[in-house]
Amino acid sequence: MITAQRKPMEEIFQSVERFGKILLLGCNECVTVCHAGGRKEVAMLASALRMGRLKQGSPLAVDELTLERQCDPEYAEELALAIDKYDAVCSMACGCGVQTIAGRYQGLPVLPMVNTTFMGASERQGVWAERCAGCGDCVLGLTGGICPVARCSKRLFNGPCGGSSKGKCEISPEVDCAWQLIWDRLKQLGQTELYTRIMEPKDWRTARDGGPRRIVREDMAI
Amino acid sequence: MKSDSNLERVLAAGHFAVTGELGPPRGANLETIKEKAAHLKGMVDAVNVTDNQTAVVRMASWAVSLVIKEMGLEPNYQMVCRDRNRLAMQSDILGASALGITTMLCLSGDHPSFGDHPQAANVHDIDSIQLIKMVSTMCEQGRFLSGGEIDTPPHMFVGAAANPFGDPFELRALRLAKKVAAGADFIQTQCIYDFPRFTEFMRQAHDMGLTEKTKILAGVTPLKSAGMARYMANKVPGMSVPAEVVKRIADQPKDKQAEEGIKLLCEQVEQLKTIPGVAGVHLMAIEWEHRVPEIVERAGLLPRPQL
Ligand code: SF4
Ligand code: SF4
Repeated sequence: MITAQRKPMEEIFQSVERFGKILLLGCNECVTVCHAGGRKEVAMLASALRMGRLKQGSPLAVDELTLERQCDPEYAEELALAIDKYDAVCSMACGCGVQTIAGRYQGLPVLPMVNTTFMGASERQGVWAERCAGCGDCVLGLTGGICPVARCSKRLFNGPCGGSSKGKCEISPEVDCAWQLIWDRLKQLGQTELYTRIMEPKDWRTARDGGPRRIVREDMAI
Repeated sequence: MKSDSNLERVLAAGHFAVTGELGPPRGANLETIKEKAAHLKGMVDAVNVTDNQTAVVRMASWAVSLVIKEMGLEPNYQMVCRDRNRLAMQSDILGASALGITTMLCLSGDHPSFGDHPQAANVHDIDSIQLIKMVSTMCEQGRFLSGGEIDTPPHMFVGAAANPFGDPFELRALRLAKKVAAGADFIQTQCIYDFPRFTEFMRQAHDMGLTEKTKILAGVTPLKSAGMARYMANKVPGMSVPAEVVKRIADQPKDKQAEEGIKLLCEQVEQLKTIPGVAGVHLMAIEWEHRVPEIVERAGLLPRPQL
């Protein structure tokens, strides 16, 4: 899933300073799962904003709404009738959701309330970690199911570098060395011969370096 | 000979090679380069010129390489994968070769978080093994990484680094094998204090036939003080300094610690000469260039062959 974290309160207060009535808009997908921008977080941020602004002597009216999926134009349509009431939409969805709303309601400021962070998975309750960088040409089948692009700090394809120490990455004792994990798993799978092959330079065109990407599925188009 | 490299000639003639190191200045300053280089002249067969070492901005390694080349030293032009993509790397290699740089060292590079611009984009378009292969292909097949033809191919004696003390240990010789397969003509290792582990690494490399295909120079660094020994032991990732080494330096009074460090280094060089497959030493006297003449003299590494 896509993970996100709520922006610092100070930044949020500053960004809504000039508004009197906003719609705080959550999303029921990834940001709900990672507790950044679902119904619950919308409610919490809404009361914090109301209280804060009341204290400052310039009350802010905040309506709350959480869409099924903010990155889907079909759900974005749900706002059409009420949208004119607001000075701005403050979105708690990931960057994809924010842009879908902004694209649909061109005349209205749409502001991000979270920092979209990475594509990751839950490691344990309350901890999420990066797992995929969306490189567009997946090599997990060659690397024991551990991603060298997202999980090696130098995205090495023929690691580990000399800084790998006791299973940890040179950048921090908190970060696992991806190549230690890859090697351990290759051994477990009896695939160590995969390591001995030189992995060739990656074609980064399938990643962001080739320009903004699109997927067009003629078979799905209506 | 595949290049005009002095280091290649020295190694090919079977001499025990010695390479040194010079860190470029943090400014547009030629004087400190010249001063450091003067200490190294005639003392080593080639001088590594570091490339934004520890991710701190310094003068370009190709520029400093040219300066010391004009002074009559042989630069070993270092290039890391952290700061440049494949376009910039290949154009720099062409420029370096055209201007007479003959020896280069291909490295991953320390992570930007260690340096003075932790905000920097961390490029790694290709990795160090892919870089070795790219340079070798440029030189030997006259082709860019894209496959396109190079009108006048560069000539380089291609080096790589190896760290026998990184983990997992069982991968260290295998990774060396990949570097050799990619085209590494010579290898310089991380500084060695842990001899049992280094000897085991060399045994594996030797058994795999790697010491016949590449020349391995063992890294040595004089310990200047007990503080430095402790720092190397505890703070540098992928470095192994046994407790008895730290103790040996720390047991000396402060003003005798540097002397003990040099003594230790001389003993290490003697020991390295006896390990099968060690073709020379790479002396990293960090900010201690002025002591290099004394160190190589006392380690019995002079005179350097003139070929
Ligand atoms: S190889 Fe690419 S697609 Fe596969 S997990 Fe890694 S970044 Fe994602
Ligand atoms: S220590 Fe491991 S994860 Fe970190 S940069 Fe090196 S190979 Fe990658």
